[in-house]
Amino acid sequence: MTPEELEQIAIETRDKRKNLVRELNVCTAAGCLSLRSDSLKAALEEEVKKTGATCRVRGVGCMGLCSQGPLVAEHPTGVMYSKASSADAAEIVGNPRGPAVQKLVCSKQQPFFERQSFLVLENSGQIDPEKIEEYIAVGGYQSLVTALTEKQPNEIVQEVSKSGLRGRGGAGYPTGLKWGTVAKTAGTTKYLICNADEGDPGAFMDRSVLESDPHRVLEGMIIAGYAVGASRGFVYVRAEYPLAVKRLGIAIRDARKLGLLGSQICNTKFSFDLEVRIGGGAFVCGEETALIASIEGRRGTPRPRPPYPAQSGLWEMPTLINNVETYACIPSILRTGGDRFANIGTKKSKGTKVFALTGRVRNVGLIEVPMGVTLRQIIFEIGGGVPEGRKFKAVQTGGPSGGCIPEQFLDLPVDYESLKEVGSIMGSGGMIVMDDGACMVNVARYFMEFCMSESCGKCIPCRAGTAQMYELLTRITTGIATMRDLELLEELCEMVSSTSLCGLGQSAPNPVISTLRYFREEYIEHIEEKRCKAGVCECGVKQEVMA
Amino acid sequence: MRRHGFARDALIETLHTVQESFGCLDKESLNFVAASLRVPLSHAYGVATFYHFFTMKPPGAHTCLICMGTACYIKGAGNLLNEAEAQLQIKAGETTADRQASLITARCIGSCSVAPAVVLDGEMVGNMDGVLLRRKMEGWKSS
Repeated sequence: MTPEELEQIAIETRDKRKNLVRELNVCTAAGCLSLRSDSLKAALEEEVKKTGATCRVRGVGCMGLCSQGPLVAEHPTGVMYSKASSADAAEIVGNPRGPAVQKLVCSKQQPFFERQSFLVLENSGQIDPEKIEEYIAVGGYQSLVTALTEKQPNEIVQEVSKSGLRGRGGAGYPTGLKWGTVAKTAGTTKYLICNADEGDPGAFMDRSVLESDPHRVLEGMIIAGYAVGASRGFVYVRAEYPLAVKRLGIAIRDARKLGLLGSQICNTKFSFDLEVRIGGGAFVCGEETALIASIEGRRGTPRPRPPYPAQSGLWEMPTLINNVETYACIPSILRTGGDRFANIGTKKSKGTKVFALTGRVRNVGLIEVPMGVTLRQIIFEIGGGVPEGRKFKAVQTGGPSGGCIPEQFLDLPVDYESLKEVGSIMGSGGMIVMDDGACMVNVARYFMEFCMSESCGKCIPCRAGTAQMYELLTRITTGIATMRDLELLEELCEMVSSTSLCGLGQSAPNPVISTLRYFREEYIEHIEEKRCKAGVCECGVKQEVMA
Repeated sequence: MRRHGFARDALIETLHTVQESFGCLDKESLNFVAASLRVPLSHAYGVATFYHFFTMKPPGAHTCLICMGTACYIKGAGNLLNEAEAQLQIKAGETTADRQASLITARCIGSCSVAPAVVLDGEMVGNMDGVLLRRKMEGWKSS
């Protein structure tokens, strides 16, 4: 593959599309699929065939506004239809200006779309994720070809460092630094891993990226492989994401066919190949050392660090592990330059971040915003606020390792540091909005149950500590706890977080600590008055009030 | 196994394939896989029981998977689970005596945008409510 050949494919694909009179793009990512967008697509195709309309029906990736699915976008008019069903197919194809179809039109001039800035998701919903030429047509693989033919590996590492990109898996370790470490570590065999074990409940960014634009992740990985000198890479995906696994498989096969993956890529000396590994449904495998153990075919238990995987990882070789979104940023950084990327965001957190906005919020879906926007902008402008006239109570970020952020911090600019300051973490990007119908003690108990059953059992503080904390929280929610239990709980939080082996245990108390910090009165109400204001827990007095 | 060159690290891959083909991992298949990949049986058993995705019990003819992710939980997945448990008269993780239906829960299936989500016989259904779930599972017991 030469730059000219790549350009040729891009031009051909673009020309083909230019001649289209009309095109209906149906979302075929998991959110809309679960709302039967597959049968909608089939119905549209059927209708086009039957009526002989000059219209192409195409499957594309996620368009973001998942709660309004299934979504159909019309090209070239740019009109978007929401909540379309197979029954609407005839009207959409035959009579798009009719009243039945006009009812489905979903304005793109709303804050949900206007307030976002797309970088990682730029092609999401624009291209067919199962066709490599469509990715090439929008400039895909250009960064790779340029990198391989014109740049030295250390120049790429420098560019990534300059961009200020930090790990999108949650911890925020500077990506350039990590790449530099792996590149500098001596050794002839190095490995590359893409962490797609998106275990946080309430997070589906990686899933969406893999389902909507898998080639982007591949391109990022191949570039990374070249930069650090790795020749073999693995994508570790959750078994719960069959569609992502399937599309990754197609993407890898197609990239190999075009010589963008395999031996002597673009006629250079660089060879690199990728393999998909499917997880087994263990949350702890999102932790890098546990993930490595899992790829090696063992139980996914973490080990103490150092040595860090960058020095001794997979099969004790230097290994680069990055998250899906981190790799997905790479093609853009190389295309437009690290400085451009560094211009977006805050002082310490650069670029954009994809969030999965869910829970009690009007516009549920996938969003991408520059670092530094406030929570209020995300939840109330893009998200459209809390529905059904209820009151916002808290937003949970970072999954079981994060915390709940109350109303008083809504104007906080979102970046790695600010979220940490208020007792939560950036995490992978799940953002779950809760209204006054949520009981914070119950939420804390929910996460503790999660950590308790997901604890791998290797170290005692986590194995036994989470179980004890869960018991204590259960006592509180059932109304049999005393203030002494609360003291014990706080002591345990401290102990588990400071003595556990890996991130799972160290951060397991976070949901408890953060809810205690901001909603302590709810805990006390449960204990002293045996009352759950939200009416979620059954702590005795509630039933009397109801009677 | 041949596809992975009988490599030891392909154990999890192989177990996935076995479960896909037979529905679960039984003693016999674990013995066979362990012997073929030359890993100790204890190691294979350890891996099979460590990961939630693997099951040693054969599933029922139908399966109902309820997502218990945070978004689903906030939107009432707990009630769905109670509903399903009451209807099938089994607890989560169990299979009915007539082997017709299994009820399982998942940590998060990543379909938070349509929470609460349920997977019925491999087909994901979003925005689920108790009434709809009951209706969907009605035919399961008698068949």
